[in-house]
Amino acid sequence: MKILLIEDEEKTGSYLKQGLSEAGFITDWVQDGLTGEQQALHEDYALTILDVMLPGKNGWEVLRAIRKAGKDMPVLFLTARDQVEDRVKGLELGADDYLVKPFAFAELLARVRTLLRRGRAREDDVLQLADLELDLRRRRALRAGQRIDLTAKEFALLELFLRRQGEILPRSLIASQVWDMNFDSDTNVVEVAIKRLRNKIDAGFSAPLIHTVRGMGYVMEADHASS
Amino acid sequence: MRLPNVFSFPNFLSFPNSIVLRTALLFALLTASVISIMGVGVRIAVDHHFAEMDQQQIAGKLELIQEILVSAQSLADQDIAKSELKRALIGHHDLLVRIDDPNGQLWYEAGHHRIPETQRNAPAWKENGVPYRGRSITAANGFHITVGIDISHHEQFLNAFEWELLMIGLCGLSTMALLGFVATQRGFSPVQAMTALVARSSAQQLGDRIAMQGLPVELRELASAFNAMLDRLQDSLTRLSDFSSDLAHELRTPINNLMVQTQVSLSKPRDAADYREVLYASLEEYERLARMIANMLFLAKADRGLIIPSVEPIKLHQVFEALCEFYEAVAAEKPVQFLITGEASIHGDKLMLQRAFGNLLENAIRHSRANSTINIKIKTDNSATNIVIENTGDNITPEQLPRLFDRFYRADSSRQRNAEGAGLGLAITQSIIKAHAGNISACSENSVTKFNILFTKVS
Repeated sequence: MKILLIEDEEKTGSYLKQGLSEAGFITDWVQDGLTGEQQALHEDYALTILDVMLPGKNGWEVLRAIRKAGKDMPVLFLTARDQVEDRVKGLELGADDYLVKPFAFAELLARVRTLLRRGRAREDDVLQLADLELDLRRRRALRAGQRIDLTAKEFALLELFLRRQGEILPRSLIASQVWDMNFDSDTNVVEVAIKRLRNKIDAGFSAPLIHTVRGMGYVMEADHASS
Repeated sequence: MRLPNVFSFPNFLSFPNSIVLRTALLFALLTASVISIMGVGVRIAVDHHFAEMDQQQIAGKLELIQEILVSAQSLADQDIAKSELKRALIGHHDLLVRIDDPNGQLWYEAGHHRIPETQRNAPAWKENGVPYRGRSITAANGFHITVGIDISHHEQFLNAFEWELLMIGLCGLSTMALLGFVATQRGFSPVQAMTALVARSSAQQLGDRIAMQGLPVELRELASAFNAMLDRLQDSLTRLSDFSSDLAHELRTPINNLMVQTQVSLSKPRDAADYREVLYASLEEYERLARMIANMLFLAKADRGLIIPSVEPIKLHQVFEALCEFYEAVAAEKPVQFLITGEASIHGDKLMLQRAFGNLLENAIRHSRANSTINIKIKTDNSATNIVIENTGDNITPEQLPRLFDRFYRADSSRQRNAEGAGLGLAITQSIIKAHAGNISACSENSVTKFNILFTKVS
């Protein structure tokens, strides 16, 4: 999948390009608004990551041009200023999501994946990984055939992990998706919740399914090459 | 913001821009008017007095002449009367007398001047530059008597008197103007003292206060308001400087950690796993720094009133229920329970309020005793909505209570810089509540710590 990255800051741009490429995306990186707009209009990208402060043409103008040309690819904008007006303006102009600098790379990756996933066909009623099974209709979780009792939020947490198997999920994304809490909490709320979920689904089984990725977040997969 | 200049005079009076000068001038102007009025009054009174004296003198002479004339009925008698008159009027050089017989013929005259026929009935006239005042009567025997007196000595006196009055007035005026200036200036000396104090006050020197003793009543209110302003400024400044030194400290420690860690790991070749370990450790520090900076920016914006919350009706019970679900796992670890009672709806920004209440719940969980209950009580009436969050745990000392909402303040100083945050949580809560026109306070006694939030309803 091809991603267009429009970012004028040298270091940020090169690290983002490296990170995205290593995550399996083909990434084109341009450093000014005008070139960015040309690229976005004339080539086919699955998603655009757009910095607001750009030389040549600023992010808002580029975004407007993209939407005017009828391109409906998802656009995620990056802003250094956490101003309400900025957020509102970006979303009004047709951006799909935004991130405030400084942001965690894991967060960016998770957002990109969420945007790319959007609009795809609904998943099944039963989610599965190895011998773990989650029946969404009957609200039931089974590990190796054994019934596991989960609270409503633990169920939602497990559903998120199963839907996004193999993806690293940062804490803030988990808090937002499961509890609809969109503020940075100083406490280890998510860690504790995941610890309790692990106790229920992984304890006593030889192959754990939920893994901690240090400094990034959590991932659910069957064969995890531990770092 | 500039205050309107309430002391400015209307434009037509705008000459000197000094209250002292203006007051002195105004005073001089008043004195001048009073002195002028008095001078004119005295002048009129003296004039009047002289006129009366002249009239009395004239009346006396007229009476005398009339008496002499009345006895002289025959012609022979008339001659006797004439000589009698002559004798009677000897020595009265300033006196003019003219007597016409009943036929209108001049019968007798005396004095160095003849009273002109035309002036016979006039009260005052001038002859060769000499002023006269006079009166006529017709005696019982038909004789017409006119008496005039030379009043030039009165005129001279009055002229000299006028000049003296003017001189006295001018002296008085200048003395009064000078005294007025001095008095006003003296009256303003407390203001000058205040000015000197204000000029002296700076960020480094905010300790001085205006002495209230001996201050005029009119200035006392201003002075106490000014002192109160200095108190507030000093307090804010102290907090601000505490805050910046705290900030420097908070930033220095993690950056120092990062530096030392990196230097040590670079000091000799290591294998990949070790480097990775260092990077992970650094990452955690970076994240903490980034979060702290984000929080500080938030507080700075809140200070400048920039966290304009988008306003929608918020059901408080729901918000707390969602938050309790969020903290469910952390609470279960302790273990503590939540109990939410009551319901109310306020207008506010959901995300902001979640953050504010979330910080309070985190705080409550952190300081709760195991197996206790955290009570969330929502109450509302016509005028206000009240939220009380109470937990059972160690008391916060009375000295610590007012500092609880300060930035970087941690009630437990031994818990410096651990994973439990940078001590900005309650400061953030307070600024969010304030942005919602609310008020938060804390109290702690009998092992129960209460946070009390009050949103007053605007009608």
